[in-house]
Amino acid sequence: MNIFETFKLAFKSIIANRLRSSLTILGIVIGVTSVILLVALVSGLKSFITAQISSFGANVMYVIPGRIGGGRGPGGSQANRLTFQDANNLRVALGGDAEVSASIQRTSTLKYQNKTDRDVTIAGVEATYFKIISALKIDKGRFFTFSEANSGKRVVVIGPTVVKNLFGGRDPIGEYISVGNLKYQVIGVVQPRGANFGIDLDNVGAISVVAAQRQFGEDRVQNILISAKTPELIKSVQSEAVKTLKKRLTEDDFTVQTQEQTLSTISQITGVLTAALGGIAAISLIVGGIGIMNIMLVSVTERTREIGLRKALGAKPKDIRLQFLIEAVTLSALGGIIGIILGIAFSLLVNIFFQTTITWWSIALSFGFSVLVGVVFGVAPALRASKMNPIQALRYE
Amino acid sequence: MFKEAREGASVATLVKLHKVNKIFKTDTLSFHALIDINLEIKKGEFIGIVGPSGSGKSTLMNILGLLDNPTSGTYTLDGQDVSRLGEETLASLRNKKIGFIFQNFNLLGRTSALENVQLPLIYSGVSKEERDLRAVEILQSVGLGDKLQSRPNQLSGGQQQRVAVARALITNPEILLADEPTGNLDSKTGADIINLFKTLNKKGKTIILITHEASIAKNANRVITIKDGKVGR
Ligand SMILES: Nc1ncnc2c1ncn2[C@@H]1O[C@H](COP(=O)(O)OP(=O)(O)OP(=O)(O)O)[C@@H](O)[C@H]1O
Ligand SMILES: [Mg+2]
Repeated sequence: MNIFETFKLAFKSIIANRLRSSLTILGIVIGVTSVILLVALVSGLKSFITAQISSFGANVMYVIPGRIGGGRGPGGSQANRLTFQDANNLRVALGGDAEVSASIQRTSTLKYQNKTDRDVTIAGVEATYFKIISALKIDKGRFFTFSEANSGKRVVVIGPTVVKNLFGGRDPIGEYISVGNLKYQVIGVVQPRGANFGIDLDNVGAISVVAAQRQFGEDRVQNILISAKTPELIKSVQSEAVKTLKKRLTEDDFTVQTQEQTLSTISQITGVLTAALGGIAAISLIVGGIGIMNIMLVSVTERTREIGLRKALGAKPKDIRLQFLIEAVTLSALGGIIGIILGIAFSLLVNIFFQTTITWWSIALSFGFSVLVGVVFGVAPALRASKMNPIQALRYE
Repeated sequence: MFKEAREGASVATLVKLHKVNKIFKTDTLSFHALIDINLEIKKGEFIGIVGPSGSGKSTLMNILGLLDNPTSGTYTLDGQDVSRLGEETLASLRNKKIGFIFQNFNLLGRTSALENVQLPLIYSGVSKEERDLRAVEILQSVGLGDKLQSRPNQLSGGQQQRVAVARALITNPEILLADEPTGNLDSKTGADIINLFKTLNKKGKTIILITHEASIAKNANRVITIKDGKVGR
């Protein structure tokens, strides 16, 4: 019996037992769907974060509190000891090689007349911030100046969503809005950047670090951004920054991380995440395989007479073995194909809310794995069928 | 006798059993089902095998049909010693040389008459086109040309047994082996099937018919009686 006809036979028998077949492959379908969806989510998250970070410019590095890659985990239990003074020290030490901006981020409510905009990300930054973050472009008005920033003058640059929510699209330049209890004058609006993972990148306001520290009663800064003037300067700027910061802080207090290092950390994290989620989904594939084995064993018993008859009519043990093995593989492959379709469909659906990136390797891997599961768990039933004695099988009631 | 009479002593021996024994062994018991069976069947004969229930008729048929090996003795089929062959070889010999007809028809459910009849050809690697052609032809010859697409549950018992006969004939086997082919049929339909056998035999097919009804066995050219595992008179 040739392979093509064996497949046809397998399809016939699967279709003849439609309901049972669908229930049997459910485990495989769920497994493959979740592998594809979960990997798409993690990949989407990774490319989102990567795009965000890359939009900061390739020469950017961060000074963040705590020690990464040391004995303790990121941030550790260490208290944040970074201050505005550290940013100033860096500025002096790095001179013309780099731009430096301390930064604080908080969420706050903005008000204008009777309008309110909640959950606005308020970034306390320095005037240099707008040079460092190349993705931030002014749409109307201007960014704040050095003197405005250093004196803590209450001026604010807002995002398009804030303009929409507070001014209904009217020109906000020169108007006063309240951040918490304090009034700030709007001096600029940035160009739209969109939204992702439920974060509206346009629902933002930028004020100076000095103003933000007063506003939020904070004497620390969350991180310090450094942008080397050229790619060649990245290494030397990083080591100079470490040297400078160590004058006041210990090496457990901070980490200076380049873009490259940040991206590789994110790769590591998403890699672990992918492996963990993929592993969980793979377990459901194995459970699905056991389901297939179970049903195939039942099917072999039910079809004892058929097996006996086929043998009497000249089927060799290997013909019977192949028939049942191919039936198991067809079942699991069918589950794999349905899982792929559902996985892609769900990924596209979820993409409306969260960025997902469907990866070909996850499709290939999960399909390959489901076929493998069919082979592995199909062997035992197929062997049992092929070993049946035709005389006894024909007599089976 | 028909063919033998015409061709005389030159007719070839198809089946030869020499001192064939079959002993069934279980863990505790052993049962001697066939005892020193000697048997010779020539090409074109129509043999009836009769005997009471439990006498060993089906056991003999399983050996003749290459479904089972004898415990001892030799079985020569068409000049070839087939007493000690392996499962694979037996399977392909069965496929080529034997056509089985069972008491309970043993058709595949949910499968058309046309496809049921083709089953043996699938295992001899005949192409789909040729299989269809031969199956249609053979179903027409047993009077089921209008039931090609019918499934077993849409056919009467007699029609189902005709499909089974067609299936047995499709490989053009040396021997047609029928174990109680009329056991599940009423006497009228049973007689039809026996008449079909007679026609096939006239065309030269060797037929071995197992039955416990003497009235059916008398249709054969020669009747062999089995009792307690031995060939009697
Ligand atoms: N696999 C087996 N193991 C043990 N004993 C067996 C086996 N097969 C058959 N027998 C025994 O061999 C004897 C002959 O059985 P067989 O089936 O050949 O009888 P039969 O002549 O076909 O009877 P019936 O007319 O009822 O079909 C019986 O006593 C039966 O119990
Ligand atoms: Mg019997």
